Amino acid sequence: MFATIINKAIVQGIPLLFGSTGEILTEKSGNLNLGIPGIMYMGGSAGIIGAYIYEQSVEVPHPALCIIIPLLAAIIGSALLALIYSFLTISLRANQNVTGLALTTFGVGFGDFFGGSLTKIFGEGGNISVKTTADYFKTTLPFADDLGAIGTIFFSYGFLVYAAIIIALICAWFLKRTRAGLHLRAVGENPATADAAGINVTKYKYLATVIGGAIAGLGGFYFIMDYTGGSWTNGGFGDRGWLAIALVIFALWKPNIGIIGSIIFGGLYIAYAYIPGLGRAALAIFNMLPYVVTIIVLILTSARNKKENQPPEALGLPYFREER
Amino acid sequence: MEKTAAIELKNISKSFGSVVANKDVCLTVYKGEILSVLGENGSGKTTLMNMISGIYFPDEGQIFVNGEEVVIASPKDAFKYKIGMIHQHFKLVDIFTAAENIILGLEDEKKYDIKSAAKKVKEIGEKYGFAIDPMKKVYEMSVSEKQTVEIIRVLYRGADILILDEPTAVLTPQETKKLFNILRRMRDDGKAIIIITHKLHEVLSLSDRVSVLRKGECIGTVNTAETNENQLTEMMVGKKISLNIKRSEPKNSVDRLKVEHINCINREGVPLLNDISFTARSGEILGIAGIAGSGQRELLESIAGLQHLTSGRIVYENPKTGETENLRDKTPLEIRELGVRLSFVPEDRLGMGLVGNMDIVDNMMLRSYRKGKSIFLERKAPKDLAEEIIKQLEVVTPNANTPVRRLSGGNVQKVLVGREIAASPSVLMAAYPVRGLDINSSYTIYNLLNQQKENGVAVIYVGEDLDVLLELCDRIMVLSGGKISGIVDARKATKEQIGLLMTKSREVEHDEE
Amino acid sequence: MMKNNETHTHVHEPIFQVVKRDDLIWYKSWAVRLIAIVIALIICAFVIVLLTGYDPIKVYSSMISGTFGTSRKVWNTLQRLAMLLCISLAVTPAFKMKFWNIGAEGQSLIGGLASAALMIYLGNKLPNILLIPIMAAASIFAGMIWGLIPAIFKAKFNTNETLFTLMMNYVATQLVSFCIVFWENPKNSNNVGIINQSTMSGWFPSIFGQKYLLNIIIVALLTIAMYVYLKYSKHGYEISVVGESQNTARYIGINVKKVILRTMALSGALCGVAGLLLVSGTNHTINTSTVGGMGFTAIMVSWLAKFNPFIMVLASFLIVFLERGAGEIATAFQLNESVSDILTGIILFFIIGSEFFVRYKIHFRANIKEGVK
Repeated sequence: MFATIINKAIVQGIPLLFGSTGEILTEKSGNLNLGIPGIMYMGGSAGIIGAYIYEQSVEVPHPALCIIIPLLAAIIGSALLALIYSFLTISLRANQNVTGLALTTFGVGFGDFFGGSLTKIFGEGGNISVKTTADYFKTTLPFADDLGAIGTIFFSYGFLVYAAIIIALICAWFLKRTRAGLHLRAVGENPATADAAGINVTKYKYLATVIGGAIAGLGGFYFIMDYTGGSWTNGGFGDRGWLAIALVIFALWKPNIGIIGSIIFGGLYIAYAYIPGLGRAALAIFNMLPYVVTIIVLILTSARNKKENQPPEALGLPYFREER
Repeated sequence: MEKTAAIELKNISKSFGSVVANKDVCLTVYKGEILSVLGENGSGKTTLMNMISGIYFPDEGQIFVNGEEVVIASPKDAFKYKIGMIHQHFKLVDIFTAAENIILGLEDEKKYDIKSAAKKVKEIGEKYGFAIDPMKKVYEMSVSEKQTVEIIRVLYRGADILILDEPTAVLTPQETKKLFNILRRMRDDGKAIIIITHKLHEVLSLSDRVSVLRKGECIGTVNTAETNENQLTEMMVGKKISLNIKRSEPKNSVDRLKVEHINCINREGVPLLNDISFTARSGEILGIAGIAGSGQRELLESIAGLQHLTSGRIVYENPKTGETENLRDKTPLEIRELGVRLSFVPEDRLGMGLVGNMDIVDNMMLRSYRKGKSIFLERKAPKDLAEEIIKQLEVVTPNANTPVRRLSGGNVQKVLVGREIAASPSVLMAAYPVRGLDINSSYTIYNLLNQQKENGVAVIYVGEDLDVLLELCDRIMVLSGGKISGIVDARKATKEQIGLLMTKSREVEHDEE
Repeated sequence: MMKNNETHTHVHEPIFQVVKRDDLIWYKSWAVRLIAIVIALIICAFVIVLLTGYDPIKVYSSMISGTFGTSRKVWNTLQRLAMLLCISLAVTPAFKMKFWNIGAEGQSLIGGLASAALMIYLGNKLPNILLIPIMAAASIFAGMIWGLIPAIFKAKFNTNETLFTLMMNYVATQLVSFCIVFWENPKNSNNVGIINQSTMSGWFPSIFGQKYLLNIIIVALLTIAMYVYLKYSKHGYEISVVGESQNTARYIGINVKKVILRTMALSGALCGVAGLLLVSGTNHTINTSTVGGMGFTAIMVSWLAKFNPFIMVLASFLIVFLERGAGEIATAFQLNESVSDILTGIILFFIIGSEFFVRYKIHFRANIKEGVK
């Protein structure tokens, strides 16, 4: 029972973890990308498009290509959206909030459109489903079932779950322990200082935003391939994109805390099902909790004003050398 | 002993538009020497040093490092030639540790290893006598610790030529003493050190030689051992130039504003104003002289209700009612509601006095928009006022609906001063009102101030040009390090006298006993 | 001198330089934006052809007929425009103050929730003449509270308002989900259904037989009022000063915190009005998508219009046209309605990007070739 809860919480949390890791990386460069929900949609839809086209085009799909093609499609699709955001905000100096929201509009529209009409465009009709591909993504470690609770908690997931955790850990390590990570943080904290120290602010902002977008896109991709088993429902992804942004705050901009945070958020998502005697009203309250908790975290960190737990100092602010 | 030149400047010139910042400057610094570059505000010291450190590129002239001609086009080039500059405004990331800040931007092949960097930082610290904790976060540091980080950052990159831009401006006397000891140790280690300053006693106690800049030109270089404060002051301020600003005798002067023992500190607890007491009288212009950052801004902002004071009183004597009011810790609105007619031309014209994106009419309203009970704005009177100011002060603008940021500096200032005077003040404070203005605009401002004086207003004028202060004002109060170092009669004082007061710092002398 | 020239060639100067330009004359800047929209529409046409294979002209003309084809369609378009405009007006004072209120979605929804609650609990007990004003007051109050909460923490602790208002949206959404459980009709449908369908208690009255006309009139009045408020009132003036420079605001004695709280209260209150119009004047029901993302779209509308209420009418119209037009092609060509979001997205990207060319000009270095030589 307990193992199942943990298992379900993790499964719920993984899309958020991908999203928040990507957004943390992005925000560390000073870009507040509110297009993350759109990018995650894009990751999911680009992935399923890739899988569908591949499945349609060959008789017997090759397992490796079944994984690589959709994965690449998801990464490229979401990175491209992040690139649009980067170009508009960094090179064309557009307002970050407005650009991000426009990106979300576009990404969600793109996802729902192709998710909903791809089969029609290919002249088949019906709901899109790429079960063959999805099964590869859902493949768990063979010995998971034999290990009882331990297996359920630790080994019963598709590889994207482990990828999410590993990417989060790598990002945490990158930010804390590498020179490039130090430079990236400097860009998000004080771009003028970083610039004066000889760091290429524009390059770091672009790279962080695009790579962050690609990582976030994997969240949508995981949701489609693993969580729903390869089928698309319009609006099925729900508000997970915004929850991912909430998780960034909850995790205090630290990807490793994001891992724990994603499990807690995921747990809140499913907890109602395991508490007897709760109705749908309680479900609504449980669904509200991640946001309420995030707001409390936001208030507490700003009230305590501990420097390490604040958003990056230059978050949301544009940087142009000549306008200092 | 044969001395080798670490860096040599030959006929360096630099202009910004029509403003000449440096003209034909020649300067040499030898290895194992401390050279002071002395000069008033705006004499071109910082521009010159920025050319050595690669921030600006000279229009003309040559730079030699170790006898070879070099091109320094970027800060990176400067590092290549082992030149490091410690700026007045620290460029540090607050949430990083000292060590992280020090290695920031370094792209050497070695693996990123903060521990060994910290060790190296500690070693540098020990070598020259810095007390530094490499793992301390910058936001927890005092100003002097931050400066230490900046200096070590330069040394860490292997600099042999160090330029310090007014390093003692933010330090306490004890910290200054410590810094000087460190600089001496670096000199003995063979490094060439340039220190920009305008504090004479520091020049005399620290440097081997002094180069004096005035109005962008190098006036001369002397050995410290062979000079004294008087000679340096004379070189720095130059001969008195007559400006023919008309000045009337104060009439019916009465006390209008009494400032009594006010103190104020910044966030780090460093005193910005230290026991300031003076009286501003009606029908008189009180000049305030001092090196930039000696507390002028804080003083005016304290009177205007924008600065929190830790102690003291600011007493206003109302000419109409004869009542007195203590203005300390009142907001600007409360001050106005008391019937105190205080006008303030702040130093930051477009960042404080005016709103750049608003047109002249709307900027006129900043002072007056609250008038009347209506919830709506009344634009007729401000529009008339704007047009009157445009006409009377000859503001060059397409019309009154032009955003002020599109006006030239002089016209912006006319708009601001015009507005402040239109409020018919009984006290008028103006901070650097002619900075950046051409001769004609400057005289317009002097005339306006004189008119106000003749109308019985108590005028407080913060200026930097001593010639102007001496001809425009009735009395001159000199600030130094947040303290009053003297109040003199402007009709009798000499430029040298004020120059000496500006650069004097009693504390250090006291400390060195 | 020769020496000097030589050295210059060593300097790595960028190929082009971006320079802030003086204000473009208004018609030039609008020409830039118009060109951007035209280019965007052309790209959209390509996208449409790619997706459907139909003649883009035909598609656009069916978009136009979808928006204006019948008088019912015109009214629906106007209604939709009014709603989007209302929320855009609501966020504008906050934005003008540089307070990034992206919580309009939640503030409107909570306003709608208050209306719906009163319709359910007081409907049929009070005459409309009493009930509707009470609902209006409750909606305004609810929206105001939702807007004030982040503002209070902004003023007190400088809490990041963008993130705070964003989170408040979903708290509101879940609150609505929570209430639906108690209000659902029929049971277990998870749907409130049309409230007071038979009695129309708490519904906005039809005017001249048009059920949406009252909404449209209210929003039209609000548009004028907001224009006047921002441009001619003392409050509006204070908002501009605080938004431009907090330093100046303090210098002239404006209480910045007070202005922030007051303005966010206003912003939230107007969102509350939008909620009222959506529930009582339009849908007569409530669900989590009652506001339907307009709270976010409104942010873009307000920003695109440079915070000018009258230009917001045009900007809202553009968005609504795309939305309804795309809805029409979706039905006509049996596509998915989300195509409108794609088109809106593309057009927004272009308009957002075009601002750069309004504000900056690019200098290419003319002397590059000489330098190489």
